[in-house]
Amino acid sequence: MSTELDALLGQKWRKPPLVKRAWLRWALGIGFTAYLIAAFMTIDVNWSRVYEGLDRGAAFILAFTSPDFVSRASDIWDGILESIIMTVAASVVGIAISIPIGLGAARNIAPLPVYLVCRGIVAISRALQEIIVAILLVAIFGFGPLAGFLTLSFATIGFLSKLLAEDIESMDRVQAEAIKASGARWLQWINYGVQPQVMPRLVGLSMYRIDINFRESAILGLVGAGGIGATLNTAFDRYEYDTAAAILIIIILIVMALEYLSGIIRAKVQ
Amino acid sequence: MLRLKKLVKTYKTGDQALKAVDLEIPQGQVLALIGPSGAGKSTMIRCINRLVEPSSGEVWLEDTELTSLSSGGLRRKRREMGMIFQEYALVERLTVMENVLSGRLGYVGFWRSFTRRYPQESVDEAFRLLDRVGLLAMADKRADELSGGQRQRVGICRALIQNPKLLLVDEPTASLDPKTSRQIMRLICELCEERGLAAIINIHDVALAKMFVQRVVGLRFGAIEFDGRPEELTPDVLTTIYGEEDWEATIEKVDDEDDEQSDTSLGKAAEVAAL
Repeated sequence: MSTELDALLGQKWRKPPLVKRAWLRWALGIGFTAYLIAAFMTIDVNWSRVYEGLDRGAAFILAFTSPDFVSRASDIWDGILESIIMTVAASVVGIAISIPIGLGAARNIAPLPVYLVCRGIVAISRALQEIIVAILLVAIFGFGPLAGFLTLSFATIGFLSKLLAEDIESMDRVQAEAIKASGARWLQWINYGVQPQVMPRLVGLSMYRIDINFRESAILGLVGAGGIGATLNTAFDRYEYDTAAAILIIIILIVMALEYLSGIIRAKVQ
Repeated sequence: MLRLKKLVKTYKTGDQALKAVDLEIPQGQVLALIGPSGAGKSTMIRCINRLVEPSSGEVWLEDTELTSLSSGGLRRKRREMGMIFQEYALVERLTVMENVLSGRLGYVGFWRSFTRRYPQESVDEAFRLLDRVGLLAMADKRADELSGGQRQRVGICRALIQNPKLLLVDEPTASLDPKTSRQIMRLICELCEERGLAAIINIHDVALAKMFVQRVVGLRFGAIEFDGRPEELTPDVLTTIYGEEDWEATIEKVDDEDDEQSDTSLGKAAEVAAL
């Protein structure tokens, strides 16, 4: 038996800790807890205001038991239609632009300059929140669905390109190498070596993005960028909680339908 | 046919994978490249078709020097070098037929390959090759539905449909059971003989290599330590390639030649049965 082994026998064994220095480990733990407590203390709650608000909250929730689809039917219908048009158009355009940018943003297939430009586009798109972009575009193009459509397209690029690029970066290199070894051109290489590997994820992400775009389109109306959000906002402003409830129920149903559809489609392309 | 002159590969990390390798392979010769893991076997065959860029030296395929080719010229020359991979490297979500036809990508335009409308002679050749390896019935199955041995046969078809002059074979049997390994090695060597192809086969299994090839090259730390006929692989030679070990068992296997002969017909029957 070696002396090295002798020294270890009978010793307790523990998994090595993530942070090796004990003092640093404890300092991090205590510091974080202290910050958390301090942070919660700065959020002050006005309990009397909460008590008053409970009534309004209850009225809002009770409205769901009697949603009013009828009295503003044409407004709701127009809003939903506009939202769907915005969603479909923005998703198609956004996805179409995302694919080349996603290819460019994958380090394992793009040369460095292309990679940096594409990552830059992704970073800008992700840094600017939808509402901020929408306010800017409404200022440029005026109220209406055009601003909403452009906003959602822009946001889709940041989301989809980034996740597509990450999927390409984690693909199996050897499968792509085998296609390259046959003397394929670059586009053929992408079509045979890369695309089959990332297709299920691309379809899944696209479906998810359509879902997100539809929900966002309900928010963008709040800043005048068209869609069902405008109708929803008006309903809230007039305290027509029953109409608002009707709109929310429709949104929930459409999102659930999209979720169901995406499940079917993803199973197909697996 | 293939000549390597002072081929050197130094990786960015400073590891010298190949140290001025000189090697010449005549038309139709099947060569086994043996050596311990990390000896540079994979690097060497990848330097030939430039999946790995060599640091210096020359690679001559017939009258063309490959290391100085532009990307277009390289693409055309890659068509003449079929490659068979460890772990098969089939595109798993494509069908068997698409995988085989992908070997023709260097010959067809993008639009034809994108729409999968290959010229009739390519399609016929793909069917002929699949029939030759006994997988005709699997043509429209997805590659990930096949067993290991079947996948490697598809890999062989993909390499052969390129109509290559040279086969680069990287550990073809590394993930196969002993029997399938023999069948695959036999198939590769038979096909090389039928078509008069030269081949470099990287292989871990020394005994298996000795059964099938005419020439063995031993690589150690990126340099050629042995180059000769399989019979010349003595325990001393294996020790210089791999280091100290008891080699008697590995050498002995060569003697079961007649066992191998009777095994051939059985193997063939099993190949058919495996379908």
